[in-house]
Amino acid sequence: MIDADLVEVSRLQFALTALFHFIFVPLTLGLSFLLAIMESAYVLTQKIIYRDMTKFWGKLFGINFALGVTTGITLEFQFGTNWAYYSHYVGDIFGVPLAIEGLMAFFLESTLIGLFFFGWERLSQRQHLAVTWLVALGSNLSALWILIANGWMQNPVGAEFNYQTMRMEMTSFSELFFNPVAQVKFVHTVASGYVTGAMFVLGVSSYYLLRHRDVPFARRSFAIAASFGTASILSVIVLGDESGYHLGDVQQVKLAAIEAEWETHPAPAAFTLIGWPDDAQQKTHFAIKIPYVLGIIATRSFDEPVLGIADLKKINEQRIREGMVAYGLLQQLRNGDESEQTRAAFEQVKAHLGYGLLLKKTNPDVVDASEAQIQAAVDRTIPKVWPLFWSFRVMVGAGIFMLGVFVLAFWQSTQHRTAEKKWLLRVAMYSIPLPWIAAECGWIVAEYGRQPWTIGGILPTDLSVSNLSAGDVWSSLIAIVLFYSALFIIEMYLMIHFVRKGPSSLGTGRYHFEQATVTTGAHA
Amino acid sequence: MIADYETLKLIWWVLVGGLLIGFAITDGFDMGVGALLPFLGRSDSERRVMINSVGPHWEGNQVWFITAGGALFAAWPLVYASAFSGLYTALVITLLALFLRPVGFDYRSKMDSTRWRSNWDWALFAGSVVPPIIFGVAFGNLFLGLPFAFDEFLRPRYEGGLFGLLTPFPLLCGVLSLTMLVMHGSVWLSLKTEGALRQRSGRVTVLTAALTAMLFGIGGLWIVLGIDGYAVLAMPDPNGVINPLAKSVRMVEGGWLQNFAHMPALVTVPLLGLVLPFVTALLVVKRHEGLAFITSSVAVASIIATAGIGLFPFVMPSSLNPDHSLTVWDATSSALTLNIMLMVACVFVPLVLGYTVWSYARMWGRISTDHIEQHSHSLY
Repeated sequence: MIDADLVEVSRLQFALTALFHFIFVPLTLGLSFLLAIMESAYVLTQKIIYRDMTKFWGKLFGINFALGVTTGITLEFQFGTNWAYYSHYVGDIFGVPLAIEGLMAFFLESTLIGLFFFGWERLSQRQHLAVTWLVALGSNLSALWILIANGWMQNPVGAEFNYQTMRMEMTSFSELFFNPVAQVKFVHTVASGYVTGAMFVLGVSSYYLLRHRDVPFARRSFAIAASFGTASILSVIVLGDESGYHLGDVQQVKLAAIEAEWETHPAPAAFTLIGWPDDAQQKTHFAIKIPYVLGIIATRSFDEPVLGIADLKKINEQRIREGMVAYGLLQQLRNGDESEQTRAAFEQVKAHLGYGLLLKKTNPDVVDASEAQIQAAVDRTIPKVWPLFWSFRVMVGAGIFMLGVFVLAFWQSTQHRTAEKKWLLRVAMYSIPLPWIAAECGWIVAEYGRQPWTIGGILPTDLSVSNLSAGDVWSSLIAIVLFYSALFIIEMYLMIHFVRKGPSSLGTGRYHFEQATVTTGAHA
Repeated sequence: MIADYETLKLIWWVLVGGLLIGFAITDGFDMGVGALLPFLGRSDSERRVMINSVGPHWEGNQVWFITAGGALFAAWPLVYASAFSGLYTALVITLLALFLRPVGFDYRSKMDSTRWRSNWDWALFAGSVVPPIIFGVAFGNLFLGLPFAFDEFLRPRYEGGLFGLLTPFPLLCGVLSLTMLVMHGSVWLSLKTEGALRQRSGRVTVLTAALTAMLFGIGGLWIVLGIDGYAVLAMPDPNGVINPLAKSVRMVEGGWLQNFAHMPALVTVPLLGLVLPFVTALLVVKRHEGLAFITSSVAVASIIATAGIGLFPFVMPSSLNPDHSLTVWDATSSALTLNIMLMVACVFVPLVLGYTVWSYARMWGRISTDHIEQHSHSLY
C-alpha cells in the first residue's frame, strides 16, 4: 500500500513549487506584450522615450524572467521525480504537449530573449521589434501548450486505457488540442497574465507620478498599461473559465464545490454570493443568493441544471461499483485470460476503472471492498468545499476591484488628467499585489478542486506518486524551499532597487537621478 | 503514419540522442565557461567578458535540456518515470545547481558590490560544474545497470540511493563529462575573446583536450576489459504492442562491444572521440578557433554517441532484474504518439536550428574589456 505521508508531502511539494512558479509566469506573459507595444510605439514614432521605456521595463522583465525559468525546470522534472506512476500512466498523451511546448515555444522565447537584451546595436529597428514580438508570442505559445496539458488533467479527452501497456494512450491529437476546457483555461490564464503585467506597470508608474519623477516617462507607461489592462481584465471576467465547468466529471464536482451547491436546484440555479459553507453539515449558513446567475454562467443556458454534491455522490457511487468490476476484469486480463469474452466485458466498464482505483487507498485488492470502504471512497470524490468556496470568491473579488481601477485609470488617461487624482494613483500602487492574489487563488480552485484525482476520473492522486520514502521528499522539499526563499528575497531586492531607481538605471543621462543636481540647482 | 512502429522507435532513439547531444554541445560550452569563470577571469571586466560571451545564448541553449526532458516524457515515458524517480537525490541536486544559473547570469552585474559579484561567480561555477558531473555519473551507471524493476502494473521500484551510484567507473565518466565540457567551453572562449584571456583559454583547451581523450580512452579500455554488458536473448515483435516485461536478457562478457563487432564501421565514432580532442587543441594553438569549435563539437557528439551505440538497444539496463531493462523497442509511447511527435519535430527542429543560427550570426565577433566598460548598464 502507498504511504499516505509520501502522498501528502509530494502534493505539498508540487503545490508549493507550482504556486511559486506562478509568481513569475503571469508577469512574463503580460510584460512581454507590453514591451512589444512600447517598442512598436518607438518604431512608429521614433521617439527615444519609447525605446527607453522598452529598455527599462525590459530590465524588470529580465529580473522576473530569470526566476520564471529557474522555477519552471522544477515543474518539468517533478513529474518524473515525484509522480513516476503518473508519468508512465499518461506520458503517452500528457508528455506530448510538454515536448511540443519546448520545441515550438520555449526555444523561440529563450533564443530570442538573448537578442532582445543584447541585440539593440546588432539588429535593425525592425528586426529588433520582430524579436520582441516573437518573444511575446513564444511566451504565450508556451502557456498554450502547458494549459493544454493541464486542461487534459481536468478533462481527459482523446485518450483511452490500454490494458496491455497499462496506460492511457492517445486516440486523437485534435481532441487533445481542441479540448474545450483547455481552450477556455488558456484564454483565461494568459489574459490574467496581461492583467498582471498591466497592473505592475500601472502601479509602478503611479509611484513615479506621485513623486513627480520622470513624469513624461511615467505618464506614457501609465496610459499604455491602463488601456491594455482594461481590455485584459474585461477578457478575464467575460471569458472566465467557469464556462468550462459543466464539461467533464471532475469539473462538475469542482463547480458544485466552488458554489457550495449541496443539492441540485431547479434550473437555472442561483449563485451564492457569499455565505459560510460547512463541510460537516453539508450546508451553507448565512447564504446570500442571486437567482439564475449560476445556471447561466456555468451552463450558458436556462434549462440545464447544475448538479449538486448529493447527486454527484450518487453518480460517483455507481461508478465506483462499476470500477470494481473493471478492476477485477483488468486483473484477469493481466494474468493471461485474454479471451474475447473478458476483453468485451472489460471494454464495457473500463471507463469506470479510475473510480475503482480510488478504493486502492483502503483496499489494495479493490474487488472485495466493504460497503464502508465504498462509502469512504464516495466521500473522497468531493474535495473540501470551504477552500474552494473562499479561494474562488477572493479571486473574483480581486478581479472586480481591478476592473474598477483599470477603468478609472483608462478614463483619466483619455482625459489627459493622469497625474491629477492622487487617490487613484495611490490605489493603483497598492493594487499591485492583487493580480497575483487572484491568480494564485485561481490555481488553488483549479488544482485543489481536482482532488482526489491527478487525471480527472482516470488516475487517483495517491496512486500517481513515485516509489520514494516520505523522508526523501521532505529533504528535497526543505532544500527547494530554502533555495526558493533565498532567490525570492534576492529577486525582490533587485526589483525594488531598480523600481526605485527608475529609468535612471539605464545610464542614458536623461532621467531624474542623473539630473538631480541640475534640477536642485535650478530650483535654488 | 510516416513509418511503421519499429522504424519510429529507431527514429526516436536517434532524435532523443540528438537532443541530448544538442544539449551537450550548446549548453555544454556555456557550462564549460561557467566552470572556468572564477579561475580564468582575473579582473571583474575579464569575468564579465566571459559571462557576456555566452550572455545572449545560454538561455536558448538550456532549452535543449528542457526539450530533451519533454521528449523523454513523451517518447519514452517509462524511462522518464523510472530514471527520474530512481535517481531522485541526484536529480534534486542537479536541479538545485541549475537554479543558480539563470539568476547568476542575470543578477550578477546588476549591482556594483564586489562581494555580490564574487558570490554570483561561485554560484555560476557550481551551477555549471555540478550538472555535467551528475549527468556523466548517471551515464556511467547505465553501463553497470541500475537497480530498478517493475511490478505487474508497471509501477517502477528502485532499490538503491545516491551513494550506490558513486562507484569508480561512473565517477570516471563524471570527470570525463566535466573535462569534455570545459574543453568545449575553453574553445568557445578563445573564439569569443581577445588578448590575454584568449591566450589563457587556449592553454586550458590543450590541457583539457588531452585529459578528455585520455579519460575517454581509459573508459573504453575499462569497458573492454572489466565490465560485463547485457544482451537480449529473446524479444517480442518490435512492431507489436509493447511489453517491457516480456523479453529475456542476460549479462554477457563484452556485451557493450557487440554492436561495434557487428558493424565495424561504427568504430569510427569512438575513434573520432579519441582523435578530435587533439585536433581541436592543435587548431586552437594555430589560432583557427572557428574550426576548433566545430571539431570540439563533433568530439563531444562522438563521445556521447559512443555510449549510446554501445548500449543500443538498451536505454536503461536493470541490474535488479535484467529482463525488466528498458530498451528502444519496449519503453516507447504508442505508434500514434511517436508519429505525431515526429511530424512536429520535422517542422520545428529545422525552424529552431534556423533562428538559433541566425541569433549566433547576429552576435558574432570577439568581446573586449573595453566593450564591457562602455556598455556597463546594458550587459551582464
